[in-house]
Amino acid sequence: MAAETIRLDVARYRPEEDAEPVLQSYEVPLRPDWAVLDGLAHIKDHLDGTLSFRWSCRMGICGSCGMDVDGEPRLTCGTFLAEYGAGPVRIEPLKGFPVIRDLVVDIDGFLAKLSSVRPWLVREGEEPPLTAEYAQTPAQLDAYKQYSMCINCMLCYSACPVYVLDPDFLGPAAIALAQRYNLDSRDMDDRFDVLNLEEAVWGCTFVGDCTRVCPKHVDPAEAIQRYKVTAALRSVLPWSGR
Amino acid sequence: MTTARPPGHEEARPYVRPRDRWWFARRRSLAVFVLRELTSVLVAWTVAYLLLLLGAVADGTTERFAALAARPWMVALNVLALAATAFHAVTFLNLAPKATVVRLDGWRVPAWMIQGGNHTAWLAVSALLAYLVLRSS
Ligand code: SF4
Ligand code: FES
Repeated sequence: MAAETIRLDVARYRPEEDAEPVLQSYEVPLRPDWAVLDGLAHIKDHLDGTLSFRWSCRMGICGSCGMDVDGEPRLTCGTFLAEYGAGPVRIEPLKGFPVIRDLVVDIDGFLAKLSSVRPWLVREGEEPPLTAEYAQTPAQLDAYKQYSMCINCMLCYSACPVYVLDPDFLGPAAIALAQRYNLDSRDMDDRFDVLNLEEAVWGCTFVGDCTRVCPKHVDPAEAIQRYKVTAALRSVLPWSGR
Repeated sequence: MTTARPPGHEEARPYVRPRDRWWFARRRSLAVFVLRELTSVLVAWTVAYLLLLLGAVADGTTERFAALAARPWMVALNVLALAATAFHAVTFLNLAPKATVVRLDGWRVPAWMIQGGNHTAWLAVSALLAYLVLRSS
């Protein structure tokens, strides 16, 4: 039986020789249980060992395999080749990020944004013993749980026209991460100084594509709009700061 | 960038994609978004028009205002503005649940109820206004 194949048009960027990315085509087996990432692994193992791309868990947990598949930001480990019929499938690095090589993008800017929102529990005026516990009710957990599901895959940045036009925009995942702590009953900060900025929540024009592409249903658009309300109230009502 | 690179790769130069002027034409959701933003212009016009009307009522020049309002181009503009304002209002109210998370005793009020509530309130206010205006004429 002649095995069915599908053509993958993969963006290659080799800084030593390419001035800009070029597409290179590969024929890979089309199997019903193969994700796009399996196709790339097949290329790397059997056709062209020089192809570079990131991956780790292959189960939608680590967030490292995000790429632009046929123009949409997707986790390549969770996107099946069969979705694309007879193909071809175009695979490019995530839009909006500098490309280091082939499908590998530079995530330093993104990581700096994540750490800029003080993503930890901020407590003030106490020196608790190391064994202290901060119990939460299920409702208190529910208040922020959704925002804690983010896997830092950056698909939301790639889908966001504000970020793509202005790389300094704090962006969906970092704001959702800030809200993950703001809404945590154990946290005492509200991160107003980093969020109430034109480059932060006020830069968002509510296109909503971040929420649409998020593989973890974090709903970063909701996080941003909710903080706009919080920031507006805090500005109008001086006593509403927590 | 200051990240140290392995030998042989010191010359690495990340590729930055040039800015895409037609970003909004690449995806349907973006095109709809830009359209919605453009309707703001007509929403602003509607506000200006209502202010003109109030001004005319205040200095008793309603006759002149009515003559202006009856011109065909004015009617056409206002029909367009009404459509744009309605589109803007509907999409705005539909987005509202994203900004307002309402919890009643731990139960999160679903988006459709918030949306429905908004639209119902809008309808009620419009009906009240229509009643007040039509009754006095
Ligand atoms: S919010 Fe969603 S799309 Fe954005 S980085 Fe987190 S998991 Fe990925
Ligand atoms: S490889 Fe980990 S999320 Fe895809």
